[in-house]
Amino acid sequence: MSSRRSRSRQAGNNSRITDDQINDLVSKLHQLLPEIRNVHSDKVSAAKVLQETCNYIRSLHREVDDLSERLSELLATTDNAQAAIIRSLLMQ
Amino acid sequence: MDLQNLNPSSLKSRFTARFLRALTEINAPKTISSSSPREIFQRYRRIKVAADKSMAYSVRSRRIWSRATLWRLRTRSRSRRLVSFGRRASVKTRTTASHGKENKEHHGAVLGVQAEELRELVPGGEAMDLCNLLDETAHYIKCLTTQGFCVYMGGLLCEGCC
Repeated sequence: MSSRRSRSRQAGNNSRITDDQINDLVSKLHQLLPEIRNVHSDKVSAAKVLQETCNYIRSLHREVDDLSERLSELLATTDNAQAAIIRSLLMQ
Repeated sequence: MDLQNLNPSSLKSRFTARFLRALTEINAPKTISSSSPREIFQRYRRIKVAADKSMAYSVRSRRIWSRATLWRLRTRSRSRRLVSFGRRASVKTRTTASHGKENKEHHGAVLGVQAEELRELVPGGEAMDLCNLLDETAHYIKCLTTQGFCVYMGGLLCEGCC
């Protein structure tokens, strides 16, 4: 299960990382992306996967930003009594 | 087939516990006005920091990106002058940059531009070789989705109490 450690040790011993390793990691990333445009995932180029990954990470950042903003506004509207209720609920 | 060290249910619970604790501190008894735009914005920034902190501390130093985030958070809290507030600022770590460059060049022709873009998005990405970058990115994405879920749940909780 120490695939990550052995992989980095391998990368340290050979200065070249094999293309297979790269393809393996890229396909793993591809699985995480929300949209799979092509039917066969092996037809998607690595560059395309990385591009989609960048877009996906940016959209996740935006989503957390929006949710945090919404949460901040919600906290503004709850009054102290309700805040105390929330606090007691969360402390359990 | 999960990544090593990633157990979604325990990561979620670790993150949620920390984040909700931080929320209670952010939502501590307010003074007179709690809904001025400035206060809302300040609370929004504190929530974002709390979300990043909770995420990074739930993963601790097991990942390069979490170490980079923790380092950045600690550095930021030490210095009062904030040059750029945002998780987008990349962190220069002390890892072997020369080794990373070599591997960058080998696969650089194929994935150069996209890999550079990715390096700026993933904390600590600039010093990673391509293998680490891809591996860290996968874990980072899983944690980001968990983070979004927990912030969303925090919002539902507050909404339910309004």
